[in-house]
Amino acid sequence: MKPAPLKYMAATSLDHALRLKADYGGEASFLAGGQSLIPTMNFRLAQPAVLIDINQLSDLAGIARDGQTIHIGAMTRYRALERDPLLADALPLMTEALPHIAHPQIRNRGTLGGNLAHADPASEMPAIVVALGGRLRARSAAAERWIEARDFFVGPLTTALHDDEMLVEIELPAPVPRSGSCFMEVARRRGDFAMVGIALMLTLGKNGDCSSIRIALCGAGETPVDASDAASGLIGQPIDGEAIGDVAASVQQSIDPPGNMQASKEFQRHLAGVLVKRALRAAWERATHG
Amino acid sequence: MDSEKHDIVVTVNGMRYLRQAEARMLLSDFIRHELLLAGTHVGCEHGVCGACTILFDGHPVRACLMLAPQANGHEITTVEGLAPSPDQLHPLQQAMHDKHGLQCGYCTPGILMTMTAFLAEHPVPDEAQVREALSGNLCRCTGYQHIVDAVLEAAEKMRDVK
Amino acid sequence: MTTRYFGAPIKRNEDKRLLTGQALFVDDVELPGMLHAAFLRSQNAHGRIKSIDVSTARARKGVVAVYTATDLGYYWQPGPLLVPPPPIAGIVFNQRTQVPLAKDKVRHVGEPIAIVIAESRYIAEDALADIMIDMEPLPAVVDLEKALAAGSATVHDDLRSNVAAHVRQTKGNYAQAAAKAHCIIKRRFLYDHGMSSPMETRGVVAQWDARAGQLTVWDTTQAPVFVRNGLAGMLSLSERQVRVIAPFVGGGFGPKIMMFYPEEVLLPWAAIKLNRPVKWIEDRLEHFFATTHERSQIHDAEIALSSDGRIVGVKDVFLHDTGAYDPYGLTVPINSQCTLLGPYVVPHYDSIFTAVFTNLPIVTPYRGAGRQHGVFVIERLLDFAARELGLDRAEIRRRNLIPPDAFPYNNEIIYQDFAPLSYDSGNYEPVLDKALALIGYKDFIASEQPKLRAQGRHVGVAIACYVEGTGIGPYEGAKVQVQANGKVSVATGIGTQGQGHFTVFAQIAADQVGVDVRNVDVVTGDTDQFYWGAGTFASRGAVVAGNAVNEASKVVRQKILKLAAEHFECAEDDLEIANGEVSIVGVPGQFIRLGELAMRANPMRGAVKPGTEPGLESTQYFGPPSGATANGVHAMIVEVDPDTLMLQVLKYVVVHDCGTVINPLILAGQIHGGVAQGIGNAFYEKLVFDDEGQLLNASLTDYLLPTSLDVPRMELAHTVTPSPLNPMGIKGAGEAGAIPVGPLFAQAIEDALGLAAQNVELCEIPLSPNRLWELVGKAHSKS
Repeated sequence: MKPAPLKYMAATSLDHALRLKADYGGEASFLAGGQSLIPTMNFRLAQPAVLIDINQLSDLAGIARDGQTIHIGAMTRYRALERDPLLADALPLMTEALPHIAHPQIRNRGTLGGNLAHADPASEMPAIVVALGGRLRARSAAAERWIEARDFFVGPLTTALHDDEMLVEIELPAPVPRSGSCFMEVARRRGDFAMVGIALMLTLGKNGDCSSIRIALCGAGETPVDASDAASGLIGQPIDGEAIGDVAASVQQSIDPPGNMQASKEFQRHLAGVLVKRALRAAWERATHG
Repeated sequence: MDSEKHDIVVTVNGMRYLRQAEARMLLSDFIRHELLLAGTHVGCEHGVCGACTILFDGHPVRACLMLAPQANGHEITTVEGLAPSPDQLHPLQQAMHDKHGLQCGYCTPGILMTMTAFLAEHPVPDEAQVREALSGNLCRCTGYQHIVDAVLEAAEKMRDVK
Repeated sequence: MTTRYFGAPIKRNEDKRLLTGQALFVDDVELPGMLHAAFLRSQNAHGRIKSIDVSTARARKGVVAVYTATDLGYYWQPGPLLVPPPPIAGIVFNQRTQVPLAKDKVRHVGEPIAIVIAESRYIAEDALADIMIDMEPLPAVVDLEKALAAGSATVHDDLRSNVAAHVRQTKGNYAQAAAKAHCIIKRRFLYDHGMSSPMETRGVVAQWDARAGQLTVWDTTQAPVFVRNGLAGMLSLSERQVRVIAPFVGGGFGPKIMMFYPEEVLLPWAAIKLNRPVKWIEDRLEHFFATTHERSQIHDAEIALSSDGRIVGVKDVFLHDTGAYDPYGLTVPINSQCTLLGPYVVPHYDSIFTAVFTNLPIVTPYRGAGRQHGVFVIERLLDFAARELGLDRAEIRRRNLIPPDAFPYNNEIIYQDFAPLSYDSGNYEPVLDKALALIGYKDFIASEQPKLRAQGRHVGVAIACYVEGTGIGPYEGAKVQVQANGKVSVATGIGTQGQGHFTVFAQIAADQVGVDVRNVDVVTGDTDQFYWGAGTFASRGAVVAGNAVNEASKVVRQKILKLAAEHFECAEDDLEIANGEVSIVGVPGQFIRLGELAMRANPMRGAVKPGTEPGLESTQYFGPPSGATANGVHAMIVEVDPDTLMLQVLKYVVVHDCGTVINPLILAGQIHGGVAQGIGNAFYEKLVFDDEGQLLNASLTDYLLPTSLDVPRMELAHTVTPSPLNPMGIKGAGEAGAIPVGPLFAQAIEDALGLAAQNVELCEIPLSPNRLWELVGKAHSKS
């Protein structure tokens, strides 16, 4: 379990990194935290010819708030996210999900941008950025563009990034007042990829009815599954046991989970329903009682 | 394919080393077989078991999930650097001995590195916190109970000293 | 004696080296000029090798050699049969042992086909991709029942079927007795046991010193003496030319005793051929295929009972998956067959098993070694019987326990050590009572459980009993010696993998020889330090080697007293040994240090009396007539989330009787670790093979070893019924923790979810949330 031969270059600046990527294209991978990439290299499932190490690019790490928008640099490590009071205050949904990501040793090294660019559909953070309705900034040596989170994830381990692009920043809107969120997952062991996980954002109108709901599931499809449309019947409705059951049923119907080593398709569908109900109740409670 | 060697200057347990290594060499192999600090063990090489945990710039990481050249210019602590002197163990090492927190001892170095860092950040942990912090280190011998006891005892002893 | 170490919670002598990173494991061996090996392993479970082309691999820069089966010449031989079949009338056994490198056929995924030796492991792995193989895939034999069906492909072409063995053992006359029974309960049980997954994988380093004619092999084996003898034979060397060292070994739990693994055969051969040291360290991926497993059995079992819940008899017909080869004989299924009888009076027993060759990795003992399978069957049958007869689960067990005056209790059939299955001693009811008291069984059922159920919580309790045959022969030996510096050295031939041998053997010797336990230096697993021995398996290290240490220490003690009596010109009875000194009782200041006596026992000048042996040293051997039978009861309270089927263990109790306890601290550790592996087996660990014999979850991401959050705090208690079979009265304890956990989980989950009312029975292990959901859902869709 040793990586195949490779060329390693430590980029000294973002421009340097992007120039190298422009030169080597698809042959090269960026090495961020490496916590997903290096295991696959050790199994020789991934054999990048060139690794461009971007760990020295400290400009790409950091968390900032600008009004109702949270900016997170792609090289921000989970360790920093977990310990950031601003993030806990502004995006409790993300903070709630962080402890479920592997284990402290992985979170000390792993980065948000690296995780999103790896695009594992079972991973937590893709579902979080989709549920939050975030957008992602991609840069190449020549240009820059924003990609909506829901458009970023194209397939298992596949993103909308071009060969010459790097994900450099994640921008997430802070929830509006009378919002509640919840992240939950069912994993065999703490830190495992979940059999199914859910990220749910709920906002209530002044009368207590649902004014918006966003749901993203991890482990339930080939990408993080945006089930917001399936839940949209709740919008404008009062929330009660029956309405919650309807949302769960609707989400269950809308998804086509792939099944995995720990859960069959059918069990995943069942768990998704369980999680929708539990997360919706929790988010409702939080939205109501702040 | 490129197998050029990279110069690596790294400080391990307070000692500076200069070595050359191939780009693809895992940091765990570099520490064990180039620096000959074999106390850091390798159990899975895919980041699950935690046996290879080291402190990288002060934080526990999996040495099997980094490449050797990434250590260039950084500071590492391994199990060999934990005891303050040859005659004195770190309080957690001592507690592991007192509570029978190890059997085959293969996972022990990784557990020591993870949990010393944990104790530095959580001086008054409860059992649930200890178990959660420990959950990224697999042990096949002990059933964890004596390790948990040792961490709790070490926390207490370290508080007494302060 | 001032201090008695035996029985005390002595902290371990070996810890400091392990805690500071100074203990030598096989992969820590660094030798000048060392080469590194990697193996090309079969991707097919079953296939015919038509051609292998290694020319590109040989040409790769940094590659030193590539060998296939044909390069081995007459060194290519099937491995030895470790354990011949026991002397049971009518037994069928087809011996087919593994080969160093597959020649014509591959029989399981991961079977080695070629070895690459290169300047680094990295380069060796690169070269694996250069090897071209033309393989004709053959239908894989995976399913145990299909394997026996007419027309199935055969794993071994020279056999007409996939039957590896067929064994019937009986006691009494089941058919006759069952005809008169009040009721008969019959079920099918599936018990799947995973793999030991020690944190250290296997590894071998071999070094040939051509000038000295000396081969040194560092090996993660549990049985270095047999490896030495075997290698000497295969390589035509004298045993004295081969030194096998099992240094610190990072856990084994059974599979590290298997021999000869292909790598153990090939590395020494290659080191001699190349005249350079060669290292092979199994990586975790290889470990899933290249190290042996335990796996499934299918039992069709029935129990006949009287109306008051007494067992009239048991009949069990089962299939046992032995994998592609059967080098370990029948130990695992014989253990299942014998251990099924448990602590109960079973007057009539009829047990038939068929061991089946499959195209899956080899099955050899893993902690519990088949005992789990048998315990699961009998414990589940008793649960269903209790339900059928309206009896309490604890009560039906109590009624069937062997009474204390019935020991030694002969179960008549033959055990894995070839001796009749006879329980040496036991007192079972107090163990059950203690477990029930500690778990709060009555109170839980009467008040706690109804209260929690009313709150909507799904909690259940379970209780399971077992016996464990431990400490079997043939023998172990030990050499105990007082050194001139006053320290005592102890050497034995067994290997060690964390059981605390450096401490328990030191305790035994320290008490006899009268020194501080920290001044006893124990060496295990180095064939140059001790020549003879069998190995660490079957919960036998403390029993068999421990007693050998005790015997040798007793002789050394006599030598000390004799020499000191001569020195003081007094009677031996007037002397006492303590703190490394021999002194005259009641005469303060009159003492001689043991080191000085040791020097006098090896004089430079002068004459010694005829017949005198030099030194304060003795080598003694111990072989018990048969195994000592330990027993225990586990109890558990569990809570299950009825929607996610995730569970949490709220309370776990172990009451255990392993005779006299040498070190309660180490014993607790053994039990804790065993339970943790039992929990893995019951609810987390499953090797998932597809129909092609491919293992689908060969990583620690997908093969779920329990973490610190999955193993609960355990409460332990002991009773002590000494074994009459050895002077110290000890019984083995290594495997006990792991054995009854499966039935305990099944019973507790059934209770928690009220499955009996839904007509759902859990007759298989491992369970999982997914599987529980399927089973519960199936029942719902039926009803």
